[in-house]
Amino acid sequence: MAALGPLSRTARLGCNLCRKHRLVFNRNLQRRGIASCIDPSYGLSEEQKEFQKVAFDFAANEMAPHMAEWDQKEIFPVETMRKAAQLGFGGIYVQPEVGGSGLSRLDTSIIFEALSTGCVSTTAYISIHKYGPLRCAQPCRFCNSPFYCFSEGVHSYRCFISGSGSDAASLLTSARLKGDHYILNGSKAFISGGGDTDVYVVMCRTGGKGPKGISCLVVEKGTPGLSFGKKEKKVGWNSQPTRAVIFEDCAVPVTNRLGAEGQGFNIAMKGLNGGRINIASCSLGAAHASVLLARDHLLVRKQFGETLANNQFLQFKLAEMATKLVASRLLVREAATALQQSRADAVSLCSMAKLFVTDECFNICNQALQMHGGYGYLKDYAVQQFVRDIRVHQILEGRCIFSFLCSRSQFDLSRLQEKLA
Amino acid sequence: MSGRVLVGVKRVIDYAVKIRVKPDNSGVVTDGVKHSMNPFCEIAVEEAVKLKEKKLIKEVVAVSCGPQQSQETIRTALAMGADRGIHVEVSGKDYETLGPLQVSKILAALAKKEDAQLIILGKQAIDDDCNQTGQMTAALLDWPQGTFASEVSMDGAQVKVVREIDGGLETIKINTPAVLTADLRLNTPRYATLPNIMKAKKKKIANVKPADLGVDLTSRLEVLRVDEPPQRQAGMKVETVEDLVEKLRDTGMV
Repeated sequence: MAALGPLSRTARLGCNLCRKHRLVFNRNLQRRGIASCIDPSYGLSEEQKEFQKVAFDFAANEMAPHMAEWDQKEIFPVETMRKAAQLGFGGIYVQPEVGGSGLSRLDTSIIFEALSTGCVSTTAYISIHKYGPLRCAQPCRFCNSPFYCFSEGVHSYRCFISGSGSDAASLLTSARLKGDHYILNGSKAFISGGGDTDVYVVMCRTGGKGPKGISCLVVEKGTPGLSFGKKEKKVGWNSQPTRAVIFEDCAVPVTNRLGAEGQGFNIAMKGLNGGRINIASCSLGAAHASVLLARDHLLVRKQFGETLANNQFLQFKLAEMATKLVASRLLVREAATALQQSRADAVSLCSMAKLFVTDECFNICNQALQMHGGYGYLKDYAVQQFVRDIRVHQILEGRCIFSFLCSRSQFDLSRLQEKLA
Repeated sequence: MSGRVLVGVKRVIDYAVKIRVKPDNSGVVTDGVKHSMNPFCEIAVEEAVKLKEKKLIKEVVAVSCGPQQSQETIRTALAMGADRGIHVEVSGKDYETLGPLQVSKILAALAKKEDAQLIILGKQAIDDDCNQTGQMTAALLDWPQGTFASEVSMDGAQVKVVREIDGGLETIKINTPAVLTADLRLNTPRYATLPNIMKAKKKKIANVKPADLGVDLTSRLEVLRVDEPPQRQAGMKVETVEDLVEKLRDTGMV
């Protein structure tokens, strides 16, 4: 889908009607083409295929033509995200009573995978945004507002703080209770959407040391004491602005707290599993698009008197890429199903899925770039943007931490549960 | 007036797919190939749903003729806003020879049965490019037709249609019941939203056989051979106009 380039939908229709060009298919390429081997609609229900189709169409028509421009000009495509929200992509697994679509984690994974073929960075942002509605442990004025699901406002979710990367439980942003307000002090680095969004969900320390002293507060843009650092210059994910968020004696009403005091860490951890599946799904979409781009290039590029598609090494390599893509997809979908059913292996599956899939998909995109040769290095070709955009997926949402979780859960599940209780 | 609109939707090979001819030249490869709703049919559904939203008509019924998979296409129409669907089951040999003549007979029979006020179709299908079904349906029903519509407005029991013709744009006023066929610039079809896709599951699709409608599906055409278009040959550059004329005469083009 992304390979179709910047032609608009109607222009492409016009082209097809004229039937100006037809590729004579290289008979040496296997009859069951690579596109049907990695087709992401196998094994899905009719309804899921419908969702996937809408997501693919949206990605191909509304996102893919602008992907390069958003990256190069660092544009935050709020209008496109609003359109996505109107189709129901803003709160996919959020309950309909609060404005979501009420679908399952698996449906969500399928949709994000399809959207990612249009623009990884924007899709990842939509998926991060979705954290918000899940945070509400008790009714507060943000829970029932439709803007949580994107139709009116855009919001950020924060957990990462400078000074405590993977060790989230040791975060330092403090919130002292003073009358009916919390006074926040501290700063958080690498906040996606920071400075351009309306609402910030902040994890801060209201109590003592360790995870039990952390609470979750909602801070609105424009609150005195809330300021932002400079916009970071990143290798990828350029359609999202990233800034440090700074709190200097920022007063936040107690009614803005999500859940009870001390529940912040739990809220954060609960969101992490879903977040990992979403990020892994975004990587899947990028890998899928990259494999198709690589295939198209191999069919066109000629060296040594024939198309690269006739080269046995490249045929094997493409087959390996396809295999790893399908394996990754199966792992993510199984993790999503486990999470939906609250199975005992959900946490470790989500961690394993994130670890395996982000790595493998990056390798697939990287290989696809290699297959493009020198052209792969040019910004005219989409494959380099996929490589740059999904590189960060291997970093965020915790890398060592879940390897840690994985190994811990093998040896000492009871102590782990105690820590998180 | 019943306020009911019949919209024909056809399941065709997706426009983005690269078409391949079968090795025995009997047709085009359709197995395992991505299919979707004909783009002009999408425009037709969108127009019908728009008319319903403006409260000019009461019910939109999506109709498709084909095998079991055609139900997916009807579901897409339901997700876009159609109220119910009718699946006319045609499979196997009958489906391979199904063409505009047979489909227009089916649509005509259905229009009478459903007491339709309007039939809206896409102007042509992107797999056969026939551009005949709308016109044939109107002829069989003896209804007026507004084809290649780029703008449709209803005026009581009449329909004003702006048609795209070779000379430009032609505006006509026709009485209902009528047949309209949608051209590219009529509207931009909406995306089905996730909630609408879920609602569409509950909408009904009725199953009908062509025999029930008294339609004979025998084809008057036989496809002998399907070939790819010839490979584009390299051109020639000439220096002067005289050379050009000479070359044209030599190759017998003039």
